[in-house]
Parts: sequence; C-alpha cells; structure tokens
Amino acid sequence: MTTTPILPKLVGQRVKRREDPRLIQGRATYVDDVTLPGMQHLFFKRSDIAHGRIRRIDASAAQAMEGVEAVFTGAEIAELLGPMPIGTPYSSPAHRAVAVDVVRYVGDPVAVVVARDRYVARDAADAIVVDYEPLPAVVDPELAMKGQPTVIHPEFPNNLAVALVPSGTGVDAAGKVDDSAIDKAFAAAEVVISQRMVNQRLAPCAIEPRGVVAHYELGKGSMTIWSSTQNPHILRTFIAALNGLGQDQVRAIAPEVGGGFGSKINIYAEDYVASAISKRLGVPVKWIEDRSEAFVATTHGRDILGYVDLAAKRDGTVLGLKLRLIADVGAYNMLLTAAIPTLTLLMANATYRIPAVRATLTEVFTNKTPTDAYRGAGRPEATYFVERAMDMLAQELKMDPADVRRRNFIQPHEFPFTTQTGAVYDSGDYEKALNTALEAAGWDRLKAERDAARAQGRLVGLGLSMYVEVCGLGPSSSLPTGGWEHGQVTIERDGRISATTGASPHGQGNETTFAQMLADQFGVPIEHVTIHHGDTAVVKQGVGTFGSRSQAVGGTALHMAGGKVKTKMARFAAALLEAHEADLVFENGRIAVKGAPASAKSFAEVAAFAYVPVPLPEGLEPGLSEEAFFEPANNTYPFGCHISMIEIDRDTGEPTLLKLVAVDDAGNLINPLIVEGQIHGGLAQGIGQALVEEVVYGEDGQLLTGSFMDYALPRATDFPRFELHGCVTPTPVNPLGAKGVGEAGTLGSTPCVVAAAVDALSGFGVRHIDLMLRPEKLWRIIHGGQA
Amino acid sequence: MAQVSIAVNGKVRRADVEPRLLLVHFLREQLRLTGTHVGCDTSQCGACTVLIDGRSAKSCTLFAVQADGSEITTIEGLARDGELHPLQQGFWEEHGLQCGYCTPGMIMAAVTLLNDTPKPTEQQIREGIAGNFCRCTGYQHIVNAIQHAAGKR
Ligand code: FES
Ligand code: FES
Repeated sequence: MTTTPILPKLVGQRVKRREDPRLIQGRATYVDDVTLPGMQHLFFKRSDIAHGRIRRIDASAAQAMEGVEAVFTGAEIAELLGPMPIGTPYSSPAHRAVAVDVVRYVGDPVAVVVARDRYVARDAADAIVVDYEPLPAVVDPELAMKGQPTVIHPEFPNNLAVALVPSGTGVDAAGKVDDSAIDKAFAAAEVVISQRMVNQRLAPCAIEPRGVVAHYELGKGSMTIWSSTQNPHILRTFIAALNGLGQDQVRAIAPEVGGGFGSKINIYAEDYVASAISKRLGVPVKWIEDRSEAFVATTHGRDILGYVDLAAKRDGTVLGLKLRLIADVGAYNMLLTAAIPTLTLLMANATYRIPAVRATLTEVFTNKTPTDAYRGAGRPEATYFVERAMDMLAQELKMDPADVRRRNFIQPHEFPFTTQTGAVYDSGDYEKALNTALEAAGWDRLKAERDAARAQGRLVGLGLSMYVEVCGLGPSSSLPTGGWEHGQVTIERDGRISATTGASPHGQGNETTFAQMLADQFGVPIEHVTIHHGDTAVVKQGVGTFGSRSQAVGGTALHMAGGKVKTKMARFAAALLEAHEADLVFENGRIAVKGAPASAKSFAEVAAFAYVPVPLPEGLEPGLSEEAFFEPANNTYPFGCHISMIEIDRDTGEPTLLKLVAVDDAGNLINPLIVEGQIHGGLAQGIGQALVEEVVYGEDGQLLTGSFMDYALPRATDFPRFELHGCVTPTPVNPLGAKGVGEAGTLGSTPCVVAAAVDALSGFGVRHIDLMLRPEKLWRIIHGGQA
Repeated sequence: MAQVSIAVNGKVRRADVEPRLLLVHFLREQLRLTGTHVGCDTSQCGACTVLIDGRSAKSCTLFAVQADGSEITTIEGLARDGELHPLQQGFWEEHGLQCGYCTPGMIMAAVTLLNDTPKPTEQQIREGIAGNFCRCTGYQHIVNAIQHAAGKR
C-alpha cells in the first residue's frame, strides 16, 4: 500500500476563506434576497419629532390605495404583541414595538403598512397623517439627570434608567460603599489629573441594513423567520415568546449577514412586527431597512460621558482613579442596552496596577435612538478614559507616555489578576506588547521625525495607547442569554464531517476557521469538512456571535464535540481493525494502527460500520454524532498596544493619519489572515471614531446626521497602510488558548489617535481634545479660539 | 409602465417597468440578479455598482428606463467560462472581504479602476474605491486584492 503524504497542519495557517466563492460571485443569499410566493412588504411610518403625544392617526388614504393590504397602528399592533423584552436584569419602561400614545425619539414607529411592493408600501406610509402634541425634547444627559426639561418615562424619575452603580475599591457585593481607600489615595497624591471626556455616540453602519422575512404557515401553525441577526437562537426565543408560540414552533434563520458590529444582536421592533403581522394575515412579509432609516431605527453605540480623576506621584506611579460615568442610552432599554456601560466599569483598571479605583455609572434616558452594543461595547470607552488620563499625566510630568505606562503595568507573574472592579484577568504581558510596539514603530526614530517636522513648522504628533478588553463572553453568570456555546460534530455515512455551531457568523469566517480546527483534529483534508450555522432547525442550540466569542467559546465547543466523536470513532475502528483504541492514529483521512500503517481504515469504512454495526461492539450505540456545550469558567482578556502618528494642516485643521502600528495579543491564532482582517476592520472603526464619525442631535432632538451625506463613514483614502505585529500569550480559560480578536482594533486606536492630535497641538497649550477631531475644532485651537 | 430592453450579462432582457423603478431593483427583483446590493439611499456606498456599457456606475442612482438600450454587467456576469475574473481571484486570495456585502460593488468599481489605470499605485487604488464603503475590512486587504489582480494582468 502506498503511503500518502501527511496532511499539513492547518491551524495557524493563512487558509483562504471557504465562504468567499459564493460571495465574490454574487451567489450568496442575504435576507433581502429571500423571496416567497405571495410575500407582502412592510414599511414603517416613523415619528419625525423627538417627543410628543399622538393625538390622531389618519390612515384612511393609505388604506384606500391600490396594492395596500393593511395598515396597523400602534394600538392595533399592541393587540398582537406585548411589550418588547430586554435581556438585562435592570428594570425597564414598557416598550411597544409600535408607539401607542407617546413617541420618544425621531424614528419611533407609529404605524406599519403592508403592501404589494416596497414602493407602494412607502407611498402609503407617506399618505398616513399623524397629528402630534409636541413635548419638550430631552437631549442633554446632564440636564436629563435633573429631570430637565421633562421626564420621558414617568416611572423613571429624573430620567434615570440606571440610578447609580458603584464599583471598585471598597464597594462590597451588596453595593455598600466605603470611601476610605480611594480618599487616602487622593490625599497622598502629588499630582491629580481631572478631565471631563466625551466618548461620542456612533452609528454602527453595517453595510447591509437590517431586514426580516417572516412566514407563518397557518396549516402547520409554525413560523419561519429570516433575519439579519448575529444570534438566531436568541431571536427565536423572543419571537416565540411574543407570538405565543413554543420555541419548537419557530425556526429562525440568519442567512448571509452583511456585518453587524453589535447592532444585530438586539431583537428589533421590526422583527416582532413582521412575525406578528405574518401570523395575523397568514402571508409571508418582508421588511428591509433603508439606510436613512437605519440611522434612526438601528441602535447606536458608545455615548458615555466620563469625569476622570487620576491621582499619582511625581515619579508617575498611579495611586488612584475615580471615574464617574454618565451613559446617554436614548429613549428605551433594548436587549443589552443597560449592560453595555457596565463593561466600562468592569474595565476601569485597564492594564495598570491601580491600588484604588472608584467607578460609578449612571444611565440616562434621552429622546434619542436607543444605544446598545457597538464593536467593543463599553471597553473602548474604558480604554479611552484611562488612556487619555495616562497621557495627560505623562504630559503633566513631562514623561514619555510609554514610561508612565511602564511604571504602572500589572506584571506577568501577577496573573490571574483580580482588578479593583472585580475582573479576573486571565493572562497577559503588557510590557512585552508595549516594547514590541515601540520597537516595531521605531518610537525614538518617530520622535526625531516629529521634532524635525515641527522644526519646519509642521504640526505632527505621536500617540500611544495600551488596552486590555474583556472577550470570549462569558460564563453564564455574566450573560443573561447564557454564556456557553454549542457545537455538534457528525461523521456522515460517507466519512465526511458535518459540524454545526451556534456561533452564527456575519463576516468572521467561521466556516473556515472551524473547519481548519476540525480538519486537524481528525487528520482529514479541509475539503471533507462542512460547517453549518445560522439556522435553528439545523443548529440545535446556540447563543451567537458577539463579544469576540466565536473562536474562544464556539470554537472550543466544536473542539469538544469533535473530541467525543473521535473517541467513539476510535472504538468502532478498533473493532474493525482488531486493535486497541490507544494504538490508533487519525491521519491522512484514515485511522491506522500506530507502527503498522498498512493496517488502516478510511473514514468512509469506519462510518459505514458505525451506521450499520454488525455486530455492534459492546457498550456502543450506532452512529457518529456528538454534541457539546462549552461553558467557559472565565472571560478572556486580550490586550495590546497601538501607536499612531498624525499631521494636522495648519491652514485647514484637517488631520491626516500618517502611521498606525498595532500590536495585538489575542492568544493562539487559528488563521492569521482572518485575524489581520479583523484587526484592520476594528482599527478602521476606532480611527473612524477619532477622526470622522459622530452622531449629532439638534437641541430639538432632531437627528442631524441621518444619512451617509452627513454621517461620515471612513473611506479607503482616510487610512494609511496599517502595520500589524503580534505577540501570543495563550489563555488558560479554554483548551485552544484563543482569546478572541473581533473587537481589539477599536480599543487602542481611538485614544492613540487623539493622543497624537493633542501631541501635535501641544504647542498651543492643549491637554485634551474631545472626540471627534473635527477639522474645525482643531483649526480653532491653532487659530486661537477654544477647543 | 415603460418598455425597456437592456442587455444584462450578455442576454437581452425586455420588460415593462414602472418609470420610477430604480435600476438596482430591476436587476435584483425583476431579473433576480441579487448579487448587486443596496447599502444606502444617497448614492454614497457603492454596494450597487455595476458596469453600464463597460463603465462602473451606481445602479441605485439610475432608473431602469435610463438604462434602456445599454449593456450591463453585474457581478454574476463577471466570471467567464467558469474562470473567476482576476479581481474575484484577487479578493479571494488576499482576503478582500469579510461579510461580503460591499464586495460585488467593490469588485465592479475596481474593474473600471484597472481598465483606466492598469498598474495603479496604492494611492490611486484608494482613490479609485473611495466611492465604495466597506465597514468590515478597513480597506487594506481590498487594496491588496486589487494589487493582486493588477499584478496578474
Ligand atoms: S446603494 Fe449605496 S450607492 Fe447605491
Ligand atoms: S466586507 Fe463587509 S462591508 Fe465590506
């Protein structure tokens, strides 16, 4: 028998993605590509004022239009659907999918049209007349906290969505606060840095807007719902509950999903309404979001105001940190809204050994689109506040920003490290990340370049930021949806491998990375492995893709399921080969007896026996299919260091990013090519936050950045070539040693770009510039106005 | 209703359309060529880019009737005889896509870029795709993908 060459190990290789052939040829199926016979189209009539009472809705003209099947007002939808549930343990105002008597933000739905096609549906919505009694708009969160100019939800006095959560040193489990340690730290301080900082509101802007197709089959009494979601199983749970169906009667499908960045975790009004109308009318219905609609109807991200006080000694040693956070969460609590800013609290310790931390959080309702997860979700905000304060400390002490950080790092031997805010960092080597970045960027050379440029009158600056984030979410104790992930691995009758994962991807490339892992685990070519996802009828259980958890949690679940199948398969093979299981090796698509390669069976042969086991080996059930739930004992804590160089045009204030060096340590990597892509995308969003992106509301609560005309999404010309470097500190939290990398890029990039801008303008006496770095703001600093 | 006759991916299609029907909806919904995507309503994102008479254009920005008599190539028509177009190959080789939603438009925009500038510099590539948004990739691997395709020419 000829021996075939040993298959190369795929884990750790830059394997080309298996998803791509369909995507580059226009053959993928996104939700808007789903068409069903008899399908009707929905269009939502939305409030064009920020706050008001609905006096009257006249839909008669709309109803009379040719091609219009029905119009539902909020009151009519309320007969079909209860209030929308949330996924956090905080109390929440009743939130109707379609407003019943009061509208609370521009974009709040007030009626929905069902019509033959999207053009007719839109015409009909335009023909609906809504008469409002306007109420004062609550826009500024700091005024809102005082109940001004009014209260949005009467049961939440002073608009306090979450009154005050204290965290950090001296706060016990019951929330009782002892200030002595933090007071002592500040009393001992030789220097205190105090700054109010804005981490502005952003729009996630997945290039595929949201969409849903719902089909209730009257005959079967069951629902199929296609939705552009990051988590079809969670969608199923909620859609079933609100429609009075069992979870067994709802099939949720996440088809190809065109990006999410956190905004497609939430289960939205449109999902519920589509399902309820389909159930009511017995016809399939489709709703596809317009982009301008997305700016009001899809959750926003960030929008946290931080009052930061940092106490230190003159040698740069940090003694204490106070962080008072005010999160503007918009008009309602959505699925995870209330929980996102708590991640900012959790990460207040950053990469430093801060002996005393006091962080508090207040969440405030305003008449704006609700916030929820957006790439990084709470961690970029924490990083931003602490890193900016460290820069200001360095500036105050005339220290190099690298040195002040180095003086305060948590040291490698201190892991697992319990922070003052209760996070247990799994592993890390922050100084190594810093040194790697400094060396890769050529920090000293860059400083010389900067100084030379300045000598010519150019405004050039350098910035640096460390970060640590919480990923691989997370034990079930930290996630109301459950913190596990599910995987199932089946050796089919022909010996090929099918696997299902609850980690439903929307660009992450799980079909490739998971197949790489399984191919290695079983010693088969990757072509023999297929990963299924995104359909609750195929994937038994799942939580979903968010919080950089696919690989660390979902990957591990598959690895565990694979291990179980492998064990069982070895027993069938042992019976066939009359060998001992312990003597078998899986390689080259065969199971062979160690040392006797001629004695081997193919996967197809072993599978044929496993599915027709005559005789059935004792103690075995037929078949080769096993599942696993992986519940991690802890989160993972990836970390890194980002460095940037920026030039600001003296005449226009226009900033140009000259250089961005990123060192990211995400633990073990399955596919470095995909990891690079993830980091690039994160960097682009983090730099976008620094340079061009901002959701802006007027004083009347009107959204001023309501389309791509006004909300600047970064373009290819906004970026230099990113320079990526890695280091690898595996996590002990899962057997893969993988930490997760989806959000990393957004963490360090924003503060390091702002730091570079401040450095560039340091000659004008600037200590801090609030996000974002609008040219006008920079121009004013240069030309003598205030920032 | 208006009658149009448009050659799409080499085949002449005649249809009755509402005068206000956008070309992108004609392609997607009447011809079921769903590879061309819609990402905005203000002609900014480029997800809808196709070739009209050989040049890239945003198909959300034209009515179907305006394309009457023209020749259109969509992403579905780019590969020839089962061979991927060099740009499709480049995007695959260089991981030029993640969610893939911007990809068809990005590739169609790059076709014109490389037709006009067969050996573009990195800056020329970045400028050439500045009418197309990608939220996933940070553009770097897209630049690599286009360079890959240019290198093959
Ligand atoms: S759909 Fe955005 S430019 Fe055409
Ligand atoms: S790959 Fe997702 S938008 Fe470009």
